[in-house]
Amino acid sequence: MLRLPRYEYHRPRRLDDALQLLDRHGDEARVVAGGTDLIPNMKHRLFEPGHLVALSAVEELQGIRWDDGVLDVGAAVTLDALSRNPEVRRHASALADAARHVAGPQIRNRATLGGNVCLDTRCTYYNQTEFWRTALGFCLKKDGDTCHVTRVGRKCVAAHSADTPPVLMVLDAEVELRSSKGSRAVPVREWFVADGIHNTRLEAGEILTRIRIPIHPATRCSYRKLRQRQAVDFPLLTVAVGADFASDGRVSEIRGVVTGLGSRPRWLTGWDDLVDGSLDDDVVDALAQRAGAQCRPLENMIVDPEWRRAMVPVEVGRALRTLRSAGPAGASLEA
Amino acid sequence: MSPGSRIVRFRVNGDPVEVGVPEHHTLVEALRYALGLTGTKQGCDKGDCGACTVLVDGRPTLSCILPVHEAEDRDVITVEGLARGVEPHPLQDEFDRHGAAQCGFCTPGILCSAAALLDESPAPTREEIREALSGNLCRCTGYTKIFVAVEAAAARLRSAP
Ligand SMILES: Cc1cc2nc3c(=O)[nH]c(=O)nc-3n(C[C@H](O)[C@H](O)[C@H](O)COP(=O)(O)OP(=O)(O)OC[C@H]3O[C@@H](n4cnc5c(N)ncnc54)[C@H](O)[C@@H]3O)c2cc1C
Ligand code: SF4
Ligand code: FES
Ligand code: FES
Repeated sequence: MLRLPRYEYHRPRRLDDALQLLDRHGDEARVVAGGTDLIPNMKHRLFEPGHLVALSAVEELQGIRWDDGVLDVGAAVTLDALSRNPEVRRHASALADAARHVAGPQIRNRATLGGNVCLDTRCTYYNQTEFWRTALGFCLKKDGDTCHVTRVGRKCVAAHSADTPPVLMVLDAEVELRSSKGSRAVPVREWFVADGIHNTRLEAGEILTRIRIPIHPATRCSYRKLRQRQAVDFPLLTVAVGADFASDGRVSEIRGVVTGLGSRPRWLTGWDDLVDGSLDDDVVDALAQRAGAQCRPLENMIVDPEWRRAMVPVEVGRALRTLRSAGPAGASLEA
Repeated sequence: MSPGSRIVRFRVNGDPVEVGVPEHHTLVEALRYALGLTGTKQGCDKGDCGACTVLVDGRPTLSCILPVHEAEDRDVITVEGLARGVEPHPLQDEFDRHGAAQCGFCTPGILCSAAALLDESPAPTREEIREALSGNLCRCTGYTKIFVAVEAAAARLRSAP
């Protein structure tokens, strides 16, 4: 049995009330959406907020709208609803795909897109009970002063492990944030930070309200996930790639993101000079090799980092090949 | 009511209930310790195994990571609520017939996930059954007998719903 620490639970119906609660309780408060990440973490005593501000009853955070070339998704929309939504499947099927590959069905019935974009980073030495963590004298990220992964480092390198952000980055989505002081928008490409303490640019008192995804008919996107079992497991590696396909089949704007390795998703670089209109096997292999050279998995997960490293070019290659055969409009259906 | 406790109202297996529970309890704690409904199992207690699966407004949900407040005003169905009066649910009957339960710890959760599937899709393929049950771990059976039992229950429900 894993008991939760004590807290007071608030379930406001309006966004303004939720923001007010965050202001009133400051450091003591935390937002809970589906709770599928936060509640296990609280059972592990990684967080012990005195006040939980639930988003499940806030109407403004619901709904999926298709609005003149933009998919506008409420932060509290569940991953199950997202993956089944006809507009999402038609216009951004790689996102539906990524959502469908998160955890298992029961979790997807509660887990939200906003929570996925705000997911805490994960590590073998962190996502454990307090009792387990005591044995090693804790670690830098929580309660301790050493990192068991890098041993010498002064910076936590726990892995960013959320499935949807790579696709959102490739599609150039942005998140909308609200606080009692106003609102702002941040491109998902700039949302993640890895300073050893923070994982995102979320500020105190802010709630992520909507995720907006611009859809260009020429863009295709595909997604791949490496994990030990084909269900429930977090990714050991997640890849999203995208490109624009002209009507004559010529390819441009090739881009890719790999995550599951370090503390934030990695935007792949050095691809532009490898693509000259085509995505044939030689080009795919060159792109995949260059992706592999940029990624260095650490021992922040229970599996062999060498295996994960060897799988980077394999999965990037698979994602790129899927892109090639994807339908003409929007994203590919099956990764 | 002691401090730090709260009254939560919802429906369990069709009956309205009103329980006084500690504010920080989960739905599985309310079901097992306040309502005495011990059919729902508390396994890993952190979202990994599916043993605590119940239906909340018809959808399979992990009750071990659901703050009890989230059940407020909702319809909760547990394994105790699947039977129709004295008649077991066809799934329960077919699980028995096919030996789809061994130690039985995963069974209440699997029955709930399977019941939700059959409500939505009366003739699921093997692949759809696998997908629907992919969040429920079973250490004993190897799953095959479970899949066969779900198929048999689906067939029975189609012929006599
Ligand atoms: C067994 C298991 C397997 C899992 N497998 C996967 C997987 O394969 N891939 C994956 O990506 N995830 C996985 N998860 C993690 C999690 O279920 C998902 O990432 C989910 O999308 C998180 O969303 P949530 O609504 O439940 O977040 P919550 O747990 O409610 O919140 C997570 C964090 O985000 C903050 N937050 C949530 N919403 C907002 C908001 N709108 N504004 C500001 N802050 C917010 C919370 O304060 C908290 O810090 C798994 C979890 C479990 C238990
Ligand atoms: S990477 Fe190091 S500091 Fe971060 S959670 Fe793991 S062991 Fe702790
Ligand atoms: S007991 Fe809830 S998932 Fe294991
Ligand atoms: S019957 Fe024992 S765990 Fe499934």
